[in-house]
Amino acid sequence: MVSACPVCGTRVLAGEAFCEQCGHDLAAPGPTPCTACGAARVGADGYCENCGMLQPTGRDHVEVELDGSAGASDRGRRHSRNEDAMALTAAGPGTVVGVVCDGVSTSPRPDEASQAAADVAAAAIAKRLAEGEGAEAATREGVRLAAAAVAAAARAGEDAPACTYVSAVVSARQVTVGWVGDSRAYWLGAQSALLTRDDATPGTHMLTAWLGADAGEVVPHVTTFTTDGPGIVLLCSDGLWNYYPEPEDLAAAAPQDAPLATARRLVRLANQAGGHDNITVVVIPFGQGDRADTTVAFPKERSD
Amino acid sequence: MTDFTMRVDQNKYLPAGSQEVHGIITVEASGPVGTSRATDAAEVIIVDTSGSMSYGKIAEARKAAQAAVDTLRDGVYFAVIAGNHQAEVIYPGNGRLTPADARSRDEAKEAVSRLRADGGTAMGRWLRRAADLFSAHLMEHPGAIRHAILLTDGKNEHEPAPEFDANLAYCSGKFVCDARGVGTDWVVAELRRIGSTLLGSAMDVRRPEELEDDFRAMTEAAMGKTVADVALRVWTPRAATLNFVKQVSPALEDLTGRRSPVDAQTGDYPTGAWGGESREYHVSVKVPPGGVGQEMRAGLVKLVVPATGEVLASGNVLAQWSDDPALSTRINPRVAHYTGQQELASLIQEGLQARNDGDLETATARLGKARGIAERAGNDETAKLLDKVVDIDPETGTARLRRGVDKADEIALDTRSVRTVRMRKDPEG
Repeated sequence: MVSACPVCGTRVLAGEAFCEQCGHDLAAPGPTPCTACGAARVGADGYCENCGMLQPTGRDHVEVELDGSAGASDRGRRHSRNEDAMALTAAGPGTVVGVVCDGVSTSPRPDEASQAAADVAAAAIAKRLAEGEGAEAATREGVRLAAAAVAAAARAGEDAPACTYVSAVVSARQVTVGWVGDSRAYWLGAQSALLTRDDATPGTHMLTAWLGADAGEVVPHVTTFTTDGPGIVLLCSDGLWNYYPEPEDLAAAAPQDAPLATARRLVRLANQAGGHDNITVVVIPFGQGDRADTTVAFPKERSD
Repeated sequence: MTDFTMRVDQNKYLPAGSQEVHGIITVEASGPVGTSRATDAAEVIIVDTSGSMSYGKIAEARKAAQAAVDTLRDGVYFAVIAGNHQAEVIYPGNGRLTPADARSRDEAKEAVSRLRADGGTAMGRWLRRAADLFSAHLMEHPGAIRHAILLTDGKNEHEPAPEFDANLAYCSGKFVCDARGVGTDWVVAELRRIGSTLLGSAMDVRRPEELEDDFRAMTEAAMGKTVADVALRVWTPRAATLNFVKQVSPALEDLTGRRSPVDAQTGDYPTGAWGGESREYHVSVKVPPGGVGQEMRAGLVKLVVPATGEVLASGNVLAQWSDDPALSTRINPRVAHYTGQQELASLIQEGLQARNDGDLETATARLGKARGIAERAGNDETAKLLDKVVDIDPETGTARLRRGVDKADEIALDTRSVRTVRMRKDPEG
């Protein structure tokens, strides 16, 4: 049998203990080889140092479930990697924090930026809530720390890593949404509505705000609404809403099902529609059917 | 400390099966404005003193060299070489460079004032003498910025071509040289070769009285350099072919043949010394075809100081295969702009060559087309020079070669054909 040396790619025969070319101990467990050429020379930035191919992130399709909420994130059909990230965290009884971040694909290491932002923000918001802080203040603090984490990933001599941000703090009585960029939050239920307003030049995907060292001071939009439900709070990247921008269409496509099934279904629909971008969907149920009389109120947004 | 940034402009999306990747690399160096005393600098001024420099020219050359000496800041090591069919170090003359101060500047200017025009022209020998001075200097001052100015008015007549070649090869990498031709009796190709080989510029100086300002400006620019011997380090995938590496701004310079291998996939291309400035490079790579959705790094470009291994900046040239024609057919404006600038230079050089060869049909076609590109791309200076060589009917667009073209205009057009303009409108701005 013939195979390749995991270090230099030279052909080696079965039974050989060392590579004739580079002397690599063929019995030793090597680093993860390149998925394209098999050389064990994948750099820290995800590109193979032998053939140049960008490696999958290990996030091609990811799902999370937590206390009746769920999320699904998918590479889509056109991108080589999934540069979206999501996080779901419990913050005390009956309160869930969800975050979706979309790495800007023209910036370096966008997958790391989005993951760092989602993780940092979810943890920070949960911590502040546990300390008794209000949902809006906790959200602002989460964005601030997420922005700092993304900014800190910048290296001299290259563009700064960047990502979008949307989060929801869903408690028994109210929902607090915060965002920077064009990832969205929707209320799906009676009077389905878009809860966010994109930081983007209308009609384009040109972001006017993002998290990153080149973004200047990040001022998130933060808004809170109360409703009697029932319904779901949906957080998503543009990989979904590009195909389903209208709240009613999303609500129709996402019947009141198990949250994970809903998230999966929306991801599948976006892929069927073309899967042009990474798709991330987080579904957090709210006020599950305990009131017949539904009122929804959207207070004025405060983004000071 | 000088800060470097690198930006890559490209359309990374390729149609399925496509293999050609282009990127424009913009490198910007910012840092100490003006002069930095911390930097060790060395300057050699080489003045043609061949017989043809007699009368007005030698007088202006003396003034120019004196202006250059005056511009040297204190502590810069320097020498002055007088060149004819041989090379004489007229100051300081002890086989070394001497630090500039009030006294040494006066002594040098006094030596320059005694320059006389006599003898032939052998530029390779002048440069070799400068190279030896720099090499000796570098032993005691590692990392020093090394720059020379060479002025000539004539053809390299008194040095056989093989000797000139050998002398240039000997000098390559030892210092940066800006070459200047004054009058109309010098050969553009010779000065361009000196400028290219020694990573400097080659320019015409139409009137001898312009020399003084030009020398002062060149010396000031040299004094502004802060990092010596910088290279562009280019990595390409194992199965890829590097088509070319060219500097495209401020002037065209094909660096492809200047590669020093670092390893099987990486090579260094020399860029000389850097101060606060911006340069652009065009890198083209042929990659193995990839599948839709796959992304490949087609090139990793770094600005490095090879002697220390320090990486000043880096950027990626990427390839991503897409089945979306809206993405893959898009042409990056910066790549298009510099592709046009390269075409413009070729058209001018081919057109002038055809004109000299008596092939007027080719000359008219090339120069007429060049005039159109120059106007559209914003090469105003080039357009003006072209107007002195070709006449374009504004109604029909028909080109006609002018008669009685001033030799100085032809030389200026040829010499300046490699100078590019930046994009008029920055897509990022």
